[in-house]
Amino acid sequence: MTATLDRPAVDTADLLPRLLTGDSELAAHRARFGPLPLAPFTGTAGRRRLVEGIVHAGLRGRGGAGFPTGRKLATVAAGRKTPVVVANGCESEPASSKDRVLLRYAPHLVLDGAALAAHAVGADRVFLCVERGTGHGERLERHLDERRDDPVRWHVVPVPRRYVASEESALVHFLNDGEARPLASPPRPYERGVEDRPTLIDNVETLAHLALIAYHGPDWFRAVGTGSDPGSALVTVAGAVANPGVFEVAPGTSLGEMLDAAGGPTEPLGAALVGGYFGTWVPLPQAVHLPLSHDPTGPAGTTLGAGAIVALPAGSCGLAETSRVLGYLAAESANQCGPCHFGLPAVAEDMAAVIHGRADPGTRNRLRTRLGVIAGRGACKHPDGAIRLVASALDAFAADLDMHLAGYTCTGLRQHPVLPLPDPEDRDREWR
Amino acid sequence: MSRRGTGPRLAVNPITCLAHGMCAELLPEYVKLDEWGYPILNGDPLPPDLVAHAKRAVADCPTLALRLDPTS
Ligand SMILES: Cc1cc2nc3c(=O)[nH]c(=O)nc-3n(C[C@H](O)[C@H](O)[C@H](O)COP(=O)(O)O)c2cc1C
Ligand code: SF4
Ligand code: SF4
Repeated sequence: MTATLDRPAVDTADLLPRLLTGDSELAAHRARFGPLPLAPFTGTAGRRRLVEGIVHAGLRGRGGAGFPTGRKLATVAAGRKTPVVVANGCESEPASSKDRVLLRYAPHLVLDGAALAAHAVGADRVFLCVERGTGHGERLERHLDERRDDPVRWHVVPVPRRYVASEESALVHFLNDGEARPLASPPRPYERGVEDRPTLIDNVETLAHLALIAYHGPDWFRAVGTGSDPGSALVTVAGAVANPGVFEVAPGTSLGEMLDAAGGPTEPLGAALVGGYFGTWVPLPQAVHLPLSHDPTGPAGTTLGAGAIVALPAGSCGLAETSRVLGYLAAESANQCGPCHFGLPAVAEDMAAVIHGRADPGTRNRLRTRLGVIAGRGACKHPDGAIRLVASALDAFAADLDMHLAGYTCTGLRQHPVLPLPDPEDRDREWR
Repeated sequence: MSRRGTGPRLAVNPITCLAHGMCAELLPEYVKLDEWGYPILNGDPLPPDLVAHAKRAVADCPTLALRLDPTS
């Protein structure tokens, strides 16, 4: 998937892009931004000012959950041991390309952000986590060769290519013991993570925004976006749109405008999946004006999540698409917690029965019961995300569900799959 | 579900829990098992008269997966 760097987002055309300026080389990057802005933030008071600036800017995490970044910085900075920083650039979400595009087109903004975050919390080491075998580790090493003056020690860490391996406690586990499966909490990584130190784990896009705030100030940052979700955000738009790719948009922009940024629909759409594979389905055209941000909106509590949006043609079957993705997510469980290890395959089997006309009279109630008991009972949020996807599908495609349960065959099954899944050849089976 | 009270709350480590189900036998008021045998906990603060039972369940969990968290 290619990045589209020249397509201005609607409404805020003169203010964007902020991240995807295309300065992939250090000289061009420094020419645009100047030196790493450490001077305004020296000493304890300076560090505190930096953290307060991020708090005031209102930056929220771009890795999916939208957690306030400033609050996390303050917690990590208050720990007793010297903290460490982990930049999460794994982007295991199959429908998302934004972190890859960012690492390619603005690597130095990410590195600036990670160095500044380390400075803010008093860390002297940064672990740059990327999926192995993607070339990003090698490219980052090359960029780091040019950055000998950075006030941190950099470690590029190639991580197994598995969906759950990039969950934050899985990264801690991998860095400590070489096994990229999640850990039970407490402790949470911000309390006790890498080497039992307070560990700041942030998505690479989050760190790039953090750098921009350090360069331009919180008020500049807040000039775009909504009051509670300011700044710009990278979204990956795929499916039945003319120009699929990665776009920088303002939170609060409507779903329809985001689809238009990707060239608009190529055929009549029936729904869109918003927020990636832990996200929610919304019906189209009804939801075309739904404003998307990290704040939940609409009946399904839709958020931008990890920023991936997939447009589903009216002729495709949203339940079949969901079933396929759920099968993938169930297979990607780290198989450590019963409700996830047994629950996700059980729900996947129910969904497969629905779409293949094998449902029995108890299927609907069984699905509802199972969907109700799984979330919140794993060590990580993997099952919660998978369950949210299915629950929103059953609502958004309620009429289709009735048809399927009544035994009608689904024409959507014959359509070409829309939601992308990775080629198993490109993925790892092990956790080490 | 009421969240009031000051008693400790039940919590389980979902990775070490191996669905022995002992906890549901010892504390049926606060622990149900799902269809796969894993505990579904009522996370409300425990009433004083159940705390002793809960401590017993915690001590008897074969994998030490069950614990009591103080209510802050
Ligand atoms: C199963 C699973 C996979 C995840 N994968 C990623 C990922 O690839 N990249 C990422 O940034 N966050 C991922 N996350 C979220 C991280 O756990 C973590 O919340 C995030 O990196 C924090 O960064 P932020 O506050 O900047 O969003 C994942 C979470 C789960 C539950
Ligand atoms: S909830 Fe699922 S993915 Fe997460 S640690 Fe447990 S078994 Fe693994
Ligand atoms: S007794 Fe322990 S191992 Fe058994 S179900 Fe309860 S928590 Fe899990």
